[in-house]
Amino acid sequence: MESMSNATSGTREMSGAEMVVQALKDNGVEHIFGYPGGAVLPIYDELFQQEEVQHILVRHEQGAGHAAEGYARSTGRAGVMLVTSGPGATNAVTPLQDALMDSIPLVCISGQVPTTLIGSDAFQEADTVGITRPCTKHNWLVRDVNELAAILHEAFHIATTGRPGPVLVDIPKDVQFARGIYTPPQPAPRTSYQPKLEGDLEAIRQAVALMATAKRPVIYSGGGVINAGPQASALLRELVELTGFPITSTLMGLGAYPASGPAWLGMLGMHGSYEANMVMHDCDVMLCVGARFDDRITGRLNAFSPHSKKIHIDIDPSSINKTVRADVGIIGDCGRVLDEMVSLWRETVTADHAALRPWWSQIEQWRARDSFAFRPNRDVIMPQYAIQRLYEMSKGRKTFITTEVGQHQMWAAQHYGFEEPNRWMTSGGLGTMGYGLPAALGVQIAHPDALVIDIAGDASVQMTMQEMSTAVQYEAPIKIFILNNQYMGMVRQWQQLLHGNRLSHSYTEAMPDFVKLAEAYGGHGIRCDKPDELDDAINEMIAVKKPVLFDCRVANLANCFPMIPSGKAHNEMLLPDEATDEVVATAIDAKGKMLV
Amino acid sequence: MNAQLQPTGSAYFIARDLQQPESHTLSVIVDNEPGVLARVIGLFSGRGYNIESLTVSETEHQSHLSRITIVTRGTAHVLDQIRHQLERIVPVHRVVDLSVRATELGQERPLERELALVKVVGTGENRVEALRLAEAFRASVIDANTEHFIFEITGKVSKIEQFITIMRPLGLIEICRTGVAAMNRGPEGM
Repeated sequence: MESMSNATSGTREMSGAEMVVQALKDNGVEHIFGYPGGAVLPIYDELFQQEEVQHILVRHEQGAGHAAEGYARSTGRAGVMLVTSGPGATNAVTPLQDALMDSIPLVCISGQVPTTLIGSDAFQEADTVGITRPCTKHNWLVRDVNELAAILHEAFHIATTGRPGPVLVDIPKDVQFARGIYTPPQPAPRTSYQPKLEGDLEAIRQAVALMATAKRPVIYSGGGVINAGPQASALLRELVELTGFPITSTLMGLGAYPASGPAWLGMLGMHGSYEANMVMHDCDVMLCVGARFDDRITGRLNAFSPHSKKIHIDIDPSSINKTVRADVGIIGDCGRVLDEMVSLWRETVTADHAALRPWWSQIEQWRARDSFAFRPNRDVIMPQYAIQRLYEMSKGRKTFITTEVGQHQMWAAQHYGFEEPNRWMTSGGLGTMGYGLPAALGVQIAHPDALVIDIAGDASVQMTMQEMSTAVQYEAPIKIFILNNQYMGMVRQWQQLLHGNRLSHSYTEAMPDFVKLAEAYGGHGIRCDKPDELDDAINEMIAVKKPVLFDCRVANLANCFPMIPSGKAHNEMLLPDEATDEVVATAIDAKGKMLV
Repeated sequence: MNAQLQPTGSAYFIARDLQQPESHTLSVIVDNEPGVLARVIGLFSGRGYNIESLTVSETEHQSHLSRITIVTRGTAHVLDQIRHQLERIVPVHRVVDLSVRATELGQERPLERELALVKVVGTGENRVEALRLAEAFRASVIDANTEHFIFEITGKVSKIEQFITIMRPLGLIEICRTGVAAMNRGPEGM
């Protein structure tokens, strides 16, 4: 069919499976994560016959999805996963929902039974577009090979623009075999999808005027700043510098402003710092950039920052006024709005940093409470200490951190200092245990020379442990740093808070030997249970050029503080030095025990 | 905008919306493509919004655009969210809250009309009465034999409700309703 090829337009005849690979190339894809099966074999056959797109063979489709998410978050480009029909697609549901909640650009290509068999309960048939409709930004079932190329290009466009998110393209096997006309990416997206990028200038003017009069301001930034690209983080830093405002961030936004920066308050929210939450409660002007007032952030809504005027910048119009009323809502890309804001501030405001001095001295008093403090122990490794040491030993390098979900995740957010955007990958919205290991794999594939560490818990890491095998196959030297306390620590903490310390099924009685497990996979295992041996063990982990399972035995019953107990306001935090067993047991009153 | 119902043992709050819920009619212009209705309905069920009435049909054959008319109930805040959430759906072109628009135009509410087919079976006096009432309601007979009538009635929802109530004791055995079709008054298009 060479005669039909048209080099200038890129339009030519080919099979549906060829179109998939061609579309990946035309959209700049270098790596995809996947698992073969009957309904995607034609695509796998095409992958076999080329070398531009490298396929990473995972051990479970969930692993492919989280790896693609890690890849996306660390590069700012779309992550791509390829799965077969039926169980392949249903296993993709968790990462799709994860990417939806954390606004991660993820393109999932799934095989489907032939169009003639759809609806017949065929082998490995599932209503994939039906199942994934609520957990994607958009999805497609391709019935005509001549529409395939345009749909694939549109899928990449929708995943990566506006508020990024997951998309799925379901391709029946007969469409993969059928021949049709391939068209290259077109710069004409559909008219109904037009994300608004430029913020309304009048609203930005109002915001700057409001900020200029603030006596007790705060900037509260989120994952939207990371998604808007490194330039947005640079502008955020510039704005902080110009205004002299203190800044806090959500879990997803860590790294946009450096943890070593003078205006940094630490993360806010349920396990955020005392000073960040007190500042949020007492501020008079709040600038929310690319965050969405999640329930873990706000605490009790009717007590949330009661005296402040709120400015909310978000690319998604539905985020504004969703849970918290904004006094000034600005719809647009965080980077572009921050750019306007910085210019406008420079032009119109003479910053009076001295006027903020009383506010800063109040903040210093809150800081002095040292809310992330913990009681050091010479015999047992405290989990917080383990993170602090890990930070000290890895900070000079190009380091990427992923996490699982639970206490270790919060300790990582509290004690690891993030200096750059795109270096921190964690499952925030969905809270997916098992995210971190495959995410680390995806990050390592994108950054082969970087130090990639999954700060893990012993329970979470067992949910996707099988991807160690993938890491070994692709010589991806990911470091799985397991804070092993033999409990589902966060579950146990809530049982202590809410359920009379009845630890129902939150203790793992049979724990695998992680060192032997690492060796069984062909990786490297390390165990450490002495604080004074920890540094050497971490150095060993960093030096090994293999995937590592690091079994870090930590104090079993340590809990994660500070904490905003359920139903309390930001200024009613439970601090570590106040959290005696009795206080913990009574922190939440009887009325509130029906909810998580 | 929300009031705390009670202190809770959770990060999730049971909040009571203090605003009064109202019924609004939304017009949604969408690409007529497979699954688009499922997306709209799935949004309502997934986010816990109400649907009181739903009507859909392709209105622009050339450009394959459909118009979905949804009557929903919620507080002003929820209605605002519904509109924004609908606008996030990729094949959705426009969402217009016709009730809000009517208020802006200084009108009480948008024009809303429904069509119903009503089958009434009976003989003797009931049959005569049914026909007499149908004439009063300007319902037309579109099928009949000696034992039944099928009436076609159009009008406001309240008129159709009333007609059905009256027909019930006269031998009503089957009803089919289209749901609400709606438009704002005046010369401007949507």
